[in-house]
Amino acid sequence: MDVLDIARIQFGVITVYHFLFVPLTIGGTALVALLETLWLRTHNPDYLRLTKFFGKLLLINFAIGVVTGIVQEFQFGMNWSDYSRFVGDVFGAPLAIEGLLAFFLESTFLGLWIFGWDKLPRGLHNACMWIVHLGTLASSWFILAANSWMQNPVGYRFNPDSGRAELTDFAAVMFNKVQLVTFPHVVLAAYMTAGAAMAGVSVWLFVRRSADHDLYRRTIRLGAAVTLLAGLGVAVSGDVQGKIMTEVQPMKMAAAEGLYETSGSCAPFSLFTVGTPDGTQEKFSVTVPCLLSFLGTGSVDGEVQGINDLRATYREEYGADPGATYYTPGDYTPVIPITYWTFRFMIGMGLLAAAGSALLLWVTRRGRTPSARWLGTLGIGLPLALLASNSFGWIFTEMGRQPWAVFGVMTTERAVSPGVSVFEAATSLIVLTLVYAVLAVIEVRLIMSAVAAGAEPFLEPPDPGRGGTDDPVDDDAPLAFAY
Amino acid sequence: MELTTIWFVVIAFLWIGYFALEGFDFGVGMLLPVLARNDTERRVMINTIGPVWDGNEVWLLVAGGATFAAFPHWYATLFSGFYLPLLLILVALIARGVAFEYRHKRHDAQWQSRWDMAIVVGSLVPALLWGVAFANILAGVPIDADMEFTGSLLTLLNPFGLLGGLVTLTLFITHGATFIALKTVGDIRVRARALAWKSGLVAAVLAVVFLVWLQVQTGTVASAVVFALAALLLLAGVAAAYVGREGVSFAGTFGAIALAVAGMFVALFPDVMPSSTDVANSLTTTNAAATSYSLRIMTWVAAIFTPLVLGYQTWTYWVFRRRIGTHHIPTAELASR
Repeated sequence: MDVLDIARIQFGVITVYHFLFVPLTIGGTALVALLETLWLRTHNPDYLRLTKFFGKLLLINFAIGVVTGIVQEFQFGMNWSDYSRFVGDVFGAPLAIEGLLAFFLESTFLGLWIFGWDKLPRGLHNACMWIVHLGTLASSWFILAANSWMQNPVGYRFNPDSGRAELTDFAAVMFNKVQLVTFPHVVLAAYMTAGAAMAGVSVWLFVRRSADHDLYRRTIRLGAAVTLLAGLGVAVSGDVQGKIMTEVQPMKMAAAEGLYETSGSCAPFSLFTVGTPDGTQEKFSVTVPCLLSFLGTGSVDGEVQGINDLRATYREEYGADPGATYYTPGDYTPVIPITYWTFRFMIGMGLLAAAGSALLLWVTRRGRTPSARWLGTLGIGLPLALLASNSFGWIFTEMGRQPWAVFGVMTTERAVSPGVSVFEAATSLIVLTLVYAVLAVIEVRLIMSAVAAGAEPFLEPPDPGRGGTDDPVDDDAPLAFAY
Repeated sequence: MELTTIWFVVIAFLWIGYFALEGFDFGVGMLLPVLARNDTERRVMINTIGPVWDGNEVWLLVAGGATFAAFPHWYATLFSGFYLPLLLILVALIARGVAFEYRHKRHDAQWQSRWDMAIVVGSLVPALLWGVAFANILAGVPIDADMEFTGSLLTLLNPFGLLGGLVTLTLFITHGATFIALKTVGDIRVRARALAWKSGLVAAVLAVVFLVWLQVQTGTVASAVVFALAALLLLAGVAAAYVGREGVSFAGTFGAIALAVAGMFVALFPDVMPSSTDVANSLTTTNAAATSYSLRIMTWVAAIFTPLVLGYQTWTYWVFRRRIGTHHIPTAELASR
């Protein structure tokens, strides 16, 4: 294995891992903030218990999301230094702005929320979590703008003198058409994931704790409803995304279907295929007529370009070999089985989770109290299905762009750090993978024991009012929250 | 002023913020086994930085991001060149970050002592390695004509680099001690005060040797003035700790670290990463920079949002301004919430 292989594996491992925590954080901050707002509005003690309970689960997740995020930023320079040199102008700016606008906001106001129960007036305390959520959205916006630029580079020019991509239109990068549809797709998928986690945990407790039926019913239904509604948005935005992808990265769409020859009108979409591993020979498949044409072009008559034609086009446009020795020269094709299956798993897992959420709403309709234990197991499966769906989505979109790091501009092979040794890269991969594995075990155990403990009984929190001299909180009283 | 110079100053400012802020929370982490005698006291110490350490760490992320955007070559050469030290720093930051959040999740002495270890080592490693890294940047490292670092880990572990590491280590320990003295009540406060002036003297001696050595190598008149002021502030901080003026002593160590970092950037300018192979290969604010369009956009963003960030971060410190003592630590039953 050379440095490029190792760097690619590391990017996959740490990015997929990081993104297990990201959607739970984006959606979780909104849901916890919402529960706290409901408590303030209704004064129903249930909502405070739920705020604290899901807040605790959120924080266990947040911790790993934060620390693995540092690696995300460092690794561009460490493993992909030629990429960093080449695109720093365009790609570095959103990252820097993300730090300044989003990370400060998230970390500061999360600290205030965790430790501020006895220090901040209740409304302000609740506002802190909403602000954290705003931070996660800002963070998503800028990092997805950076990623969208890799999918569809706009607003730049290549300067042959410096050999670098130079930013010419910041607004074009911020409002890249890929970005405009990727942002809602990813954020709604995050709401979907967090909603499913909330509903899943709640139903698991619901069938075990009959004393708290009313409590957990609220979050089963809230979480499931969020998952369904957000899921609808994910489907719609994903559909638009497919059409934009067909336009700016037709190879990715062709690779999603494993379509080698350009279709006439009414290209079918296969749900399932058994064939040779490279996809060149089909043995058996279940297909939906015209669906690929519809996904790609919005019309059942649309023509979808095949891999072979696109290859010929790219060879003409980018030459037989843009410096690629790592990939088959002039191939310009991602690994088809990976794009084919990840695309289907992404959609399939998402649909399963949506169906599971609908089922939860159905069995709890009009005050019904189902007690079947398997519902709890189903509940735990919901967020797992969506975490898998998110991962497959990212693997699809990143692997589907190969052999490019920046589509049509820079190959992945050229992006890697030339000065890093195999020893260094391998050490990094092994060390980070081990650390992440240990953290995963600890994290899952903590989540499991926190879930098993369930929501704490209601305890009126201190109310520091508006602060100042009439502050009713005793200076010498124990802290409301302490590490 | 040229945009590249402005961004050099911005990045210097971000590193100043990072070291002056996270410096004390590294110090608190390292002093955990030194100042605390039991679990409640350890928790007192951890809770002095609980609400703020993460915000402090973001200064590093923004410094890294700003370097990526404003000086892509600097970011690329530095991060791919100082690969293994940065990996160690990353692992350390991961361990301590998770430790703060997870330590109190289970009431089990072994669980907690393991996380304590993560906090101590996770604070010590970066406190040492940042000094090694910056000393090497200042002294110059082997960089070829393609702006690639051609040295190895051993290149960085030279006497000057190691001395730099000891300087940041002792400075951060002292900074942590003055912070603990300012933020606690009871026995810990007394111990912290006593430790602050002693470790402060050690740090002062090491820092003066380092800064004079640096001054001889690459310094200018301007950097000499800034370094002298930094040394004076550190001594003032030590003296204040000795006589029990905790606010002044913390301000002293804060100012000393801020000025020492500022002085290093003054000494560095206009280089950002001098090459020891050939002066012509040095990365400078000019040849490592992004285009002026990109810098202009970021200047606007920074001008608008930096004051806002400084505002709400300051407000956080105001909200959590109260000293903490052992009586503030909730009992095990309460803490589980």
